[in-house]
Amino acid sequence: MTTTTTPPGVTRPVPAPRRTAARRSSAFLATHPRVRLGLLLTAPLFWLGVVYIVALALLLVTALWSVDSFTGQVRTEWTFDNIVQVVTGSLYQTVTLRTLGIALAVTVIDVALALPIAFYMAKVATPRMQRILLIAVLMPLWASYLVKAYAWRSVLSQEGILEWLVSPFGGHTPGYGLAATVVTLSYLWLPYVILPIYAGLERVPDSLLEASSDLGGKPGRTFRSVVLPLIFPSIVAGTIFSFSLSLGDYITVNIVGGANQMLGNLVYTNVGAANNLPLAAAIALIPIVIIFGYLALVRRTGALDNL
Amino acid sequence: MRLSTLSRTTLAVVTGAILLVVYLPLLVVLVNSFSTSTSLTWPPPGFTLEWWVKAFESEGARQAVATSVLVACASTVVALLLGTLISFALQRFSFFGRETVSLLVILPIALPGIITGIALNNFFRTIAGVPLSIWTVIIAHATFCIVTVFNNVIARLRRMGTSLEEASADLGAGVWTTFRLVTFPQLRSALLAGGLLAFALSFDEIIVTTFTAGSGVTTLPIFILDNMFRPNQAPIVAVIAVVLVVVSVVPIYLAQRLSGSEQTRH
Repeated sequence: MTTTTTPPGVTRPVPAPRRTAARRSSAFLATHPRVRLGLLLTAPLFWLGVVYIVALALLLVTALWSVDSFTGQVRTEWTFDNIVQVVTGSLYQTVTLRTLGIALAVTVIDVALALPIAFYMAKVATPRMQRILLIAVLMPLWASYLVKAYAWRSVLSQEGILEWLVSPFGGHTPGYGLAATVVTLSYLWLPYVILPIYAGLERVPDSLLEASSDLGGKPGRTFRSVVLPLIFPSIVAGTIFSFSLSLGDYITVNIVGGANQMLGNLVYTNVGAANNLPLAAAIALIPIVIIFGYLALVRRTGALDNL
Repeated sequence: MRLSTLSRTTLAVVTGAILLVVYLPLLVVLVNSFSTSTSLTWPPPGFTLEWWVKAFESEGARQAVATSVLVACASTVVALLLGTLISFALQRFSFFGRETVSLLVILPIALPGIITGIALNNFFRTIAGVPLSIWTVIIAHATFCIVTVFNNVIARLRRMGTSLEEASADLGAGVWTTFRLVTFPQLRSALLAGGLLAFALSFDEIIVTTFTAGSGVTTLPIFILDNMFRPNQAPIVAVIAVVLVVVSVVPIYLAQRLSGSEQTRH
């Protein structure tokens, strides 16, 4: 490459850029923001729209079809039979109530456990301790879902460690059942609830807490009147995880729930063994309706921005 | 807030107790992987390395790991591409339906996995007539992995602002050059963090996988679930569980280093 030295005071014109294809397309894009937006959005919207939204909409449609009992093929004739069966069948009502009860219990337990630990992490612990605790909370998040469910299967087994720990005091392990399901699900989703609450507490300025106590507010009052209203959206964001994840779960209840069934089990049986996709689709509409109701309810709190 | 020593200590004790309960089950699995009992008996009647040897010799386990890694890599690549595109669109432009698009991105993670699973199962089998295979699993995984990349990249874009890119444009760089030399280097660690999460999410996914996997496709979670209830295989599951927990230290370490380097830079 040759270097030419320019005498001081003499300005050289900047050479015009070469008209390569990249240069031309770049100039075009720079002056056409709508085209830029279109190019950015096409692929993701195609994927999410075609793969996901169409699939969800077709699930709704499938719920209105039926299965030919002789051939096992889906018949594309409109019928409300599945919906009626799901809404009025006592099996579906019982299982829906049980599933809702489990999801609510898990959510309440998780928030009750997450609040003190998140508060300690964000407002009491030293910065060093804070980092250690954050890793300690995050670590189980990376451990596999099945590993954790399996771990509780071993803990709660009739010959397991819990029985061994409490039997000297006359206690017994709850064994596999609904209680075990609630415990295991709470355990699984706890980090998902701690993290948004911790992030919310981090954003609460310490000066507000000091102002409250300067004005005579005791810790309990400060927590109720200052902290809680500020972190409410974060708490709701956490509950979306624990509630939604519990509502759709069927694997944990298989592993530690004994013979109990949740909505997910009914869906799973009808997709697989019973080969009745339309009925499975109709059952799946129950959690969809519940979740959308819940999301609509909490949308105004701003929780969705905290996910 | 001026907390009394008593309430500080109470909070510390509660935190400690919760963490103890969080780690106890994982410790039990570790000990059980060396136990001579096949029925999860505590305390273990004796110790053996038999299960560890069997697990490492298991052809099924090895193939399951390979399948899981393949699925997770492929869906992470798709999620990285789509997630980055959509975060640019939502952060740098305002347009009609922007809110709807951002809801669309979080929907696959906000709805229970079973709904994503059955919707895609129904779509592939009944509507599109596509047989379930490893590809249907990858498509399903990529769909819910987009959100992790999206969250990381959009947060970074918000913090970056546009001044550096404008400076680059003022100095004569075109759209591509600016992206390559100015935007991408700033995004790199956010992409790595998002990709790491996407990989972990896909590697661990079981519910959507059972609904979208063809009969011959066995990912590691499916392998674990299949073998968990077989008395002779259960201790092997414990070994795999321990290995998974130990291996998960790697992404945690990486994520910590990433966020650590972020803090020193800003």
